[in-house]
Amino acid sequence: MRDDRPAGTGVLVVTLLLAALLEVIPLPETANWVRPEWMLLVLVYWVLTLPRRVGVLWGFFVGLYMDVLTGATLGQWGLGFSLGAFIMLLAYKRMRVFTVLQQCAVIFLLVGSVSLLAYLVQEAVGRTLYPPYTILYSSLASAVVWRPVCALLRWVQLRFIVR
Amino acid sequence: MTAPANPLYRLLIALVLAIIAMVLDQRTPWAGPVRYFLGGLTAPIHYIAHLPVDSGEWLSEQAQSRSSLLDENRRLQRKSLILEQKVQRLAVLEAENVRLRELLNSSADLDANVLVAEIIGLDADPNRQELIINKGSGSQVITGQAVLDAQGLIGQVVEAGPLSSRVLLLTDASHAMSVQVNRNGVRAVLAGTGQTGGLRLLYVPDTADIQEGDLLVSTGLGQRYPRGYPVATITSVRHQSGAAFAEITARPTARIDRASHVLLVQPTPQPERSSAEVSDEG
Repeated sequence: MRDDRPAGTGVLVVTLLLAALLEVIPLPETANWVRPEWMLLVLVYWVLTLPRRVGVLWGFFVGLYMDVLTGATLGQWGLGFSLGAFIMLLAYKRMRVFTVLQQCAVIFLLVGSVSLLAYLVQEAVGRTLYPPYTILYSSLASAVVWRPVCALLRWVQLRFIVR
Repeated sequence: MTAPANPLYRLLIALVLAIIAMVLDQRTPWAGPVRYFLGGLTAPIHYIAHLPVDSGEWLSEQAQSRSSLLDENRRLQRKSLILEQKVQRLAVLEAENVRLRELLNSSADLDANVLVAEIIGLDADPNRQELIINKGSGSQVITGQAVLDAQGLIGQVVEAGPLSSRVLLLTDASHAMSVQVNRNGVRAVLAGTGQTGGLRLLYVPDTADIQEGDLLVSTGLGQRYPRGYPVATITSVRHQSGAAFAEITARPTARIDRASHVLLVQPTPQPERSSAEVSDEG
């Protein structure tokens, strides 16, 4: 019988913190436009692989952490991340049988919609300057790095036994 | 194990919590403790992200030759001698200023205490002009404190965490402050544009005496910034026929994009602190 007890929560949190580091690591100004949403990608990976453990509430708290990390309105990313986690919970079985290109397309749409939600909140509090289509750059970058991130996290998951 | 429990209820809980958090954060000061607690958890991330820069500086310091260090030391000693001589005059002038102000029955501006902090991060969001410094409320940093470098004002603290603080720059599009032209005392509102190094003066009548190259200094109105610090220099003045106001742009005197250390001014106790200078005006 397979051992199904949850394990490796620490490793899971560490991968999220590393993603947080990538979110704030200093880059040239133009590179900021194509910075992938690392934390969302890592969250989505864990939702897809451990749908019974990582879900909407994880999404909410990771999003809240992201809010404070980036100095956004509290709840701005919390809203989007919990919705993103919810959508992935509904679609995790389909995502597993999708081809690489289909997966990347889903990630592109997901990161795009979550960022758009965050943009709407930011717009409502009057802290936006650039038009919303600028979201496309980071969404596209997220879709491009999705497979490598997946491969890396897969290795981490097997190496440190996260389940 | 069976299929995961219906996540819809959890989504509803998360959405309600998120909306409550947003409203609390925008409309009340009650979200402060949550931010403060999470700020303690996010500060290490900013510190680690700054490590490559720190170690690069350390390496270049180690690699400097003895003769260049001696040179630098001599240059700094000369500079410090000149500055000390200027400070001697300043003490006398300050005492005189306090006496004269007492004669006029106005309150004296006391010399403010300063705290040196290092910049450990910049905001990655192009929509905002903010930076993160390595001093927090543990070092008596408070929200609203003015931040400057050796050349002039940089901005103000908008969020003081336990180990780090967030500074809103003058150039942020949501930032505005009261300034006056050093040459003739004309007052105006200086607003950020959201571009690095871009500022503009709002609602200045076409006939106002403001010229290219004028120095703008803080007025201390609004009680957020101390009075009399250099803020910006005028870079262009354009009069458009038909427009009600002149189009005036300015550049901060502080070297915001190049500074690595900043000074935090401890505010002197003021009788009241009623109006904040941060406005939603964009």
